[in-house]
Amino acid sequence: MAGLADATVDDSPNAPRNGAPAPLLDVQDLHLDFGGVKAVNGLSFSAYDGDILSVIGPNGAGKTSAFNCITGFYKPTAGRVLVEGQDITGARPSAIAARRVSRTFQNLRLFGELTVLDNVRAGMHLRIKQNALDALLHTPRFRRSEREATDEANRWLDFVGLRGDRGGAARNLPYGEQRRVEIARALASRPRLLLLDEPAAGLNHSEKVELLDLLRRISGLGIALVLIEHDMGLVMQVSQRIVVLNFGKQIADGTPEEVRRNPEVLEAYLGKDEDSTHTGDREVPRD
Amino acid sequence: MTWTMKKAPTTADTERSRGLNRMFSDRRLGWLGLAVALLAPFVSASNYSLSVITSAALFVMLAVGLNIVVGYCGLLDLGYAAFFAIGAYVSGVLSTTYGWSLLATVPVVLAAAVLAGIVIGGPTLRLRSDYLAIVTLGFGEIIRITANNLDITGGPSGIYGIPGLEVFGFDLSSPVAFYYAAVVIVALAVAGAARLGRSRMGRAWRFIREDEDAAEAMGIHTYKLKLAAYIAGAVWGGLAGILFGAQLSAISPQSFTFLWSALILLAVVLGGMGSTPGVVLGAIVISVLPELLRDAADYRFFVFGVLLIVVMIFRPQGLWPSQASERTPARVPEADKEEAWQA
Repeated sequence: MAGLADATVDDSPNAPRNGAPAPLLDVQDLHLDFGGVKAVNGLSFSAYDGDILSVIGPNGAGKTSAFNCITGFYKPTAGRVLVEGQDITGARPSAIAARRVSRTFQNLRLFGELTVLDNVRAGMHLRIKQNALDALLHTPRFRRSEREATDEANRWLDFVGLRGDRGGAARNLPYGEQRRVEIARALASRPRLLLLDEPAAGLNHSEKVELLDLLRRISGLGIALVLIEHDMGLVMQVSQRIVVLNFGKQIADGTPEEVRRNPEVLEAYLGKDEDSTHTGDREVPRD
Repeated sequence: MTWTMKKAPTTADTERSRGLNRMFSDRRLGWLGLAVALLAPFVSASNYSLSVITSAALFVMLAVGLNIVVGYCGLLDLGYAAFFAIGAYVSGVLSTTYGWSLLATVPVVLAAAVLAGIVIGGPTLRLRSDYLAIVTLGFGEIIRITANNLDITGGPSGIYGIPGLEVFGFDLSSPVAFYYAAVVIVALAVAGAARLGRSRMGRAWRFIREDEDAAEAMGIHTYKLKLAAYIAGAVWGGLAGILFGAQLSAISPQSFTFLWSALILLAVVLGGMGSTPGVVLGAIVISVLPELLRDAADYRFFVFGVLLIVVMIFRPQGLWPSQASERTPARVPEADKEEAWQA
């Protein structure tokens, strides 16, 4: 038995201990400096399979910077990012995507001049099996892989509930629909971890209700979700855990209820209360 | 304003024009174009007109090759004539100094083009937009000046006596035979480039053109794919260089000046970046129009320039722009989809 247990123990310091699975995403003491500005200053959190975790904080708290560090767009000044126990700190974004980490962007980053279907096919880039020779000769393998890609793209667009023309340019869709396309594109890479940067930004009330449902269905696929969001109503309803950032520093990490009552969080959002006797009654507003 | 600027919304976006576009993007259009090319000598088969249409065919191949780099991938290359020169010189030197047949030089030219693509693209493709344009401009000049100063390339007087095309014992050096050979090769090159453009790799090129960061986030190694586009462009240019040497039987550094790079780029932009029929049309216009304007004598290039400016003012997206449109077969009715979404 001892031998069996030993076999599962890795020598590296971040190996899972006592048979507990390595977290899907493990952010360890992340720092990012831009000159003298500390955009991220000691962020640590981890996410497991099926988690829905939100990162919140006032504007400029370093949320998007942290996302960019995790997905390889920025090189963190210090700290490490591990995906399934593997250190990916400072790797190319495409290498991190290959580890089945996908993301969306704060300001929609669709390929506007290309068709909606092509946008979703982008997510499948790593999985489409064909080479240049297949494409030049239109081999059966080429035709099959193209057909499969189209079918799957259509299925993901069904999944996100896209209304509107799939064969037309993505930029012609209304904003809310473009958001769905971006999520479909990220899902098409079959991620285990999906990072959504303000998915509710610019959506109206009914679209937000639909988004909430979509997030739950994504979670139902076994995909861990990490989202940055300003809409407190959505965050409180959907999140299992919330990490709060302020001026790059992590000030709270807990369940929605814990975070809502945390005095430091209240201070960050509502400012310091002169008459501190009332702190116990205050809560982060729900909307 | 950057190079990869978004197209201004135009009337080209209406339903009717999308329908037209779909009809014409059918592969029948390719066959129609080929038929026109094959029938052209029946209109006029003088040596002069054959030389004009052969040059036009070669120009189409160059434009389609540059379209892979500029149109698909959005990399502004101002030194494309360098690859054209490498193809022409490698096959020219091997066929004159070493007596190879032109066909035998093809594999060597391919290797040289790939190598040149890696050597030039390797360091430069890490740069973005304007910087890339300047560096490629520099490389284009370096290749020309090198050819001007080496002994093996014949210095300023270049290489002459390049044999005509001969394939498996058939002599294709007469103007008519060479024209038909060129049309077949160029047609294959056009179809090949279009097919690459519609593949996984071609899509990845367009993703890079549209948004490099988003492409990278989708797992596309943008540097490797940009290099692939550059190498593909080099191969098309190099092969066109062989035909160029065979057509003219003499090449010199003056054949590969910046003006060539600029004219090829002009054909791509005039026709419509990223659009195969557009680029073919653009190349034909750019190569044939100055000949049609010969009556204007000294004012020929002045009129040519004014015409180009007028076209770019009234059709900034090109004569035949590429358009995002795909046939989408009838799917689940809208009402059912609504329910599926609510469920």
